[in-house]
Amino acid sequence: MTEPHLEETPSFEADPYERKWIVVSLVLLIAFMVTVTIAGFALGFQVPGDETRVDPRTVADSGPWNEPGLRDRGNGEYDAYVIARQYLFDPRTITVPVGSSVTFYLTSIDVQHGFKLQNTNVNMQVVPGEVSRLTVEFDEAGEFDYICNEFCGAGHAAMFGSVVVEADTGGA
Amino acid sequence: MLTQETTYQVSKQDRRFVGAHLLVAISALSVGSLFGPLQAFEWSGLDLYGLLEPIGLGDYYKGLTIHGVLNALVWTTFFITGFLTLVMIAGLKRPLRYPGLNRAGFYTMVVGLVMAAIPILTGAASVLYTFYPPLQASWAFYLGLTLVVVGSWIEGYGFYLTMAEWRRDNPGTRSPFIVLAALITMVMWQFATLGIAVEILTMLLPAALATISWVPSWLTRSGTDPELGRTLFWFTGHPLVYFWLLPAYLSWYGMLPKQAGGKLFSDTLARLAFWLFLLLSIPVGFHHQFADPGVPVGWKYIHSILTYGVAFPSMLTLFTVVASLEYAARKRGGQGLLGWIRALPWGNPVVSAQLLAGILFMFGGIGGITNASYSVNLVIHNTAWIPGHFHLTVASAVTLSFFGISYWLIPYVTGKPLWKAKWASVVNWTWFVGMMIFSNAMHVLGLLGAPRRTKLGEAPYVPDEWSGHLFRMSLGGAILLVGVALFVIIAARTAFQKERFAEGEGVEFPIAISMRDPQLTPLWLDRFKPWLIATVVLIVVAYGPQLLEQFGNASYNSPPISP
Repeated sequence: MTEPHLEETPSFEADPYERKWIVVSLVLLIAFMVTVTIAGFALGFQVPGDETRVDPRTVADSGPWNEPGLRDRGNGEYDAYVIARQYLFDPRTITVPVGSSVTFYLTSIDVQHGFKLQNTNVNMQVVPGEVSRLTVEFDEAGEFDYICNEFCGAGHAAMFGSVVVEADTGGA
Repeated sequence: MLTQETTYQVSKQDRRFVGAHLLVAISALSVGSLFGPLQAFEWSGLDLYGLLEPIGLGDYYKGLTIHGVLNALVWTTFFITGFLTLVMIAGLKRPLRYPGLNRAGFYTMVVGLVMAAIPILTGAASVLYTFYPPLQASWAFYLGLTLVVVGSWIEGYGFYLTMAEWRRDNPGTRSPFIVLAALITMVMWQFATLGIAVEILTMLLPAALATISWVPSWLTRSGTDPELGRTLFWFTGHPLVYFWLLPAYLSWYGMLPKQAGGKLFSDTLARLAFWLFLLLSIPVGFHHQFADPGVPVGWKYIHSILTYGVAFPSMLTLFTVVASLEYAARKRGGQGLLGWIRALPWGNPVVSAQLLAGILFMFGGIGGITNASYSVNLVIHNTAWIPGHFHLTVASAVTLSFFGISYWLIPYVTGKPLWKAKWASVVNWTWFVGMMIFSNAMHVLGLLGAPRRTKLGEAPYVPDEWSGHLFRMSLGGAILLVGVALFVIIAARTAFQKERFAEGEGVEFPIAISMRDPQLTPLWLDRFKPWLIATVVLIVVAYGPQLLEQFGNASYNSPPISP
């Protein structure tokens, strides 16, 4: 084979329209990046992060996981410890007054589960050996189901619970 | 033109070898696809699983595992390795350097497929195609999947050795674009699958082997680290999507312009797009783990940004493919700002399949940007939106393109004309309409909070407002079933008919010529070394620290549980 000879030298060349398209694409993608950055960090839309690790075989034997449920931290702030296992959430029901800020802590003692609090942005993978955490503010009264949205075995479809947000502001 | 125009005849044995890939691929598709509509019907309240109980297929999640494994893994991997084999041979105009090596790779894949199929069918592997630990499947499932992947690696090695020989014989000549694209696809796949290779070999297989009494204990593990498993899985899981997509892109760039009657708009930009896919497909996996514990938010954010990066070569593709098509259409007399679209050869099912696939993929791409968007992802994570999304990507952009490719590829490898080309067009439009309805309903259901991979007919929390969308979804599923059934019939009738092409007739291997001579494409777009180095560096930077962290703190204390 002989070296092919060329009338021009190889170069990176793009059509003028193509150059414009490249610029538009980059601007668009950078705009997305900026938007996401602002939403995630300046406006504080949170995603679950790295929490402490636990031993899935023994985590339910000691506090706080030996007594799953609600802890009142005062000022309308609550911590909710929820254990996920085949095929239920413990506790099944969580009741808080309207206006509460609830931080959910979840872990699994068997397989992976999901925790999606319907009609909110709380959506977490629940993984054995890990603790998932997100906070939500309940500004409206009503019932919010939390459902398992990760396949966890034959009874997966039945796995859910609910947060009851009570309108009553009297007392406390 | 500088490229040789001599015609090269692909040997009968090589055609049969490619055909064997297609036979496995389409068989897998024909079985796997039956379960899709069953799931859709179940969601809308029509549970047909009782009818399948007598043949042992009455379990929803067994069916879901079959659907995912056969359609997303087997149909794609076998079609792709077969198609790329032909691209290598016909593109380089020479036989494979070591045909025995490639055959060994193929048979390894077949053995792996059979090995994985047995536990799936007997219900010992109903862990879905993501097989998240500590859900436990039979050891044969993991070993079978490993062999499928290793077999595809071996076929890839055969490609590299063939290419090396071609390079030696053709110094200074740019490699044909389609061949470069095939090789990049394989290289990307071999980097990407390291994740599941490590996950299976160090964690899942040892845990599964612990169930066999005679296996020595140093080969086994009593548990897994599920979060480490997820990180390793998604190291592979996202680039897997590009392994499916790039062969379709190869056809859109390197074949479709020719099939539509035109030329490739830019060889340079086509190559650049493929290199960027190699570079950016892999270090983006954490965008599947935004909702995970155990991965710091900083890494999630970095992968979110990098995922926007991988959208860039898709944007380049949109421009180049549309520009190539516009050129073809105007050559055919098309006019007007958008009126040229009508002048494309829509009557040719090879073309219309790919055009419709591209249209569906635009919606898929927009949804993909949403998925990548860090905190926005929490709205749709693990909801019906996700299967809605990937039915626009793997089940549309990829599968419908593969339908279109099949319409020339099956005649090419069998020497028999396409059976009822008109019906092939019907397949394309049926698939397009069915998928529009199905995926739209799935996206809406996801936004309303419907979970994915759930036997929803049994779920106690389904509100009435979902029912209309659930019905639309099952309607879409029924239409898709008609489409795929028709496709399988056409493929089978074409391959197994008696009629052959007459002497001198037949199908030409489609290669689109670039408008600008490929020799004018700069050398750095035809050399692997700089791109391989950059790919490794980026993977190390984007994954290294977190992988070290997770391996360093790994506790394999999650006991395996059979679903």
